[in-house]
Amino acid sequence: MNNLPERSDHYYALYEENIRKITENSAPFMNSFRKEAITKFRETGIPTRRDESYRYTNLDTFFNHDYKSYFIPEPSDFVKAEEFRCDVTDLDAYGIVLLNGFYPTINGKLRELPGGIWIGSLNEASAKFSDKIEKHYGRYLNGNSDGLVHLNTAMASDGVFVYVPEGAVLRRPVQVINLVESEADMFNQHRNLIIVEDNADFTIIICDHTLSPVKFLTNAVTEVFVGENARFDIMRVQNEHNNACKITHTFIHQERNSRVCSNNITLHGGLVRNSTHHYLGGAGTEANSYGLFLADKWQHIDNYVNVVHAFPGCASNQLFKGVLDEMATGAFNGRIYVHKDAQETVAYQRNNNILLTDDAKMYTKPQLEIYADNVKCSHGATVGRLNDEALFYMQSRGINKREALLMLMFGFAHEVIRNIKVEALQERMDNLVMQRLKGELSRCASCMVKCDKLF
Amino acid sequence: MLIIEDLKAAISGKLILKGISLEVKAGEIHAIMGPNGSGKSTLAAVLAGRDFAEVTNGTVTYMGKNLLEMAAENRSKEGIFLGFQYPIEIPGVSMVNFMKTALNEHRKHKGLEPLSASDFLKLMREKKGLVEIDSKLTSRSVNEGFSGGEKKKNEIFQMAILEPKLAILDETDSGLDIDALRIVANGVNMLKRPDNAAIVITHYQRLLDYIVPDVVHVLYDGRIVKTAGRELALELEEKGYEWIKDHVEEN
Repeated sequence: MNNLPERSDHYYALYEENIRKITENSAPFMNSFRKEAITKFRETGIPTRRDESYRYTNLDTFFNHDYKSYFIPEPSDFVKAEEFRCDVTDLDAYGIVLLNGFYPTINGKLRELPGGIWIGSLNEASAKFSDKIEKHYGRYLNGNSDGLVHLNTAMASDGVFVYVPEGAVLRRPVQVINLVESEADMFNQHRNLIIVEDNADFTIIICDHTLSPVKFLTNAVTEVFVGENARFDIMRVQNEHNNACKITHTFIHQERNSRVCSNNITLHGGLVRNSTHHYLGGAGTEANSYGLFLADKWQHIDNYVNVVHAFPGCASNQLFKGVLDEMATGAFNGRIYVHKDAQETVAYQRNNNILLTDDAKMYTKPQLEIYADNVKCSHGATVGRLNDEALFYMQSRGINKREALLMLMFGFAHEVIRNIKVEALQERMDNLVMQRLKGELSRCASCMVKCDKLF
Repeated sequence: MLIIEDLKAAISGKLILKGISLEVKAGEIHAIMGPNGSGKSTLAAVLAGRDFAEVTNGTVTYMGKNLLEMAAENRSKEGIFLGFQYPIEIPGVSMVNFMKTALNEHRKHKGLEPLSASDFLKLMREKKGLVEIDSKLTSRSVNEGFSGGEKKKNEIFQMAILEPKLAILDETDSGLDIDALRIVANGVNMLKRPDNAAIVITHYQRLLDYIVPDVVHVLYDGRIVKTAGRELALELEEKGYEWIKDHVEEN
């Protein structure tokens, strides 16, 4: 029955090879999903450009590659990771480090924060929070047919777990630092589960970094449940090297009157694909989905957004921007789906891109499917150059061309950054974007150290 | 201060300025009037360094230097200021950052230390009063969402901060109601000093009720066809541009 192309077969073989070890290391509940997921993966395979949602993204370079290892930690890795953790100087109390997709501390894999909030390893939490995990894990993929999501479900065994009980409010954000480090080219997958119960308020920042110069492929799935009247902010900051491929799938399920804000900021990365799925699963919910990327060289950055309005009186807003230099390419695919019962929906989408060279390319595609008749929806996309008139206006005030160009690009990017609610973080992101635009962006390690001084 | 000699300029091969000669001395205010399409804005653009118009003939000497060889930003740093007819909106660039960067470029050019953030804000506060610009506007992005009048006030505000030697105001009065017009004109008058000069480009006489020019030029079909004192503006108001047309055809 398996007639998949060779490269998908390769990942199936990887599954066969490692599944025993994976199963031994994971909670039974997570294991119970694996068989069905791998079957589905064998039907769908690794996405190709024939898949509508991957039409402008070629995964070949990173998937047609023989990764030396699929990362499953040995006890010695934990020791190594433990040392690394000490390296990250005085991380704030709410910091979490994931090494190659695993929670590295041997002791205290789960921590309690004020308000009865718990953060830690998903694998570890599956015993203590089995009822919560069984209620939410794997529930919000909504029939997603992406082979990579199935592959993740089939093989991932750890990641971040967050439990925010009813009414809990955490003033400081939780920062997750994803590090990948390996001597050989490495493929890794992790799985995050975030549960924000009714009336709670929670902010998480996920930073993606590469620590060694080998080829990396990361395929991560994050599931989020946001209860009634709850507020949830998620921000992703990606700063990986050009030989790294980062694929993230984020599924956010919202209940009645909840508010969500998602922000994907890609500063650097070889191939980045972020798919963000917002399911507005109750009346009066609000979802804001923002994104910004800065790309150069041969980088390719793809943002896929899928907003589903399933109930009446909900509002969604998408704003994605990209700056592409040299031969960089980018893609944006924004889907808005309005169910026939989702009357009085308000849904906006905007995608603006700046090409700095003739060789840079941007593909942008709105996809609106509206089955209700009383809705307010709009979409707009632009791909263009920097505004010459604005450039001259600035020059006419004495600002030299290089500086004026920088200010214009920064201004363009700031429209996304300004939606970040934590002010200190907004400032920090502004600085990082400015550094990136000037070509001075530092390595991730120094970035982390500064980040944790924020809170 | 500024000497223009037989200046010709073309846009996409079409000659717009057909030989303009003009001299502006320190302390003077010159008004350039003329009907639509006479080349007023092209002249302003050429002086400020906008590259859409190609200079095909003539010279422009500013403070003894060849102006046409200078980049736009250097003209600004040397003291030329263009007040735009249609000020540009720059989303995401704050007024504070914009003007602070500009002023510090000017200061660097003069060999001065950059102004500190607090000193700059103090300066901004001081200049704001001059043009009666709303504080809220200066905390926003450059011209973004400003009304027509606010944009024009903002031009004068920028001029007040940069303190140019030669201000060229391109139809600053267009689209202004009478109150805004008075505020803009007041700003220009208050910035007037014996060692600086201004060229006020306008279609209508009414701005000249508030800004009193020393010399009035009438530009018509790419040439200065008449130059006189301020009474010329009044005569023009009374007789209309048809009168100029007839005057040109007679000669």
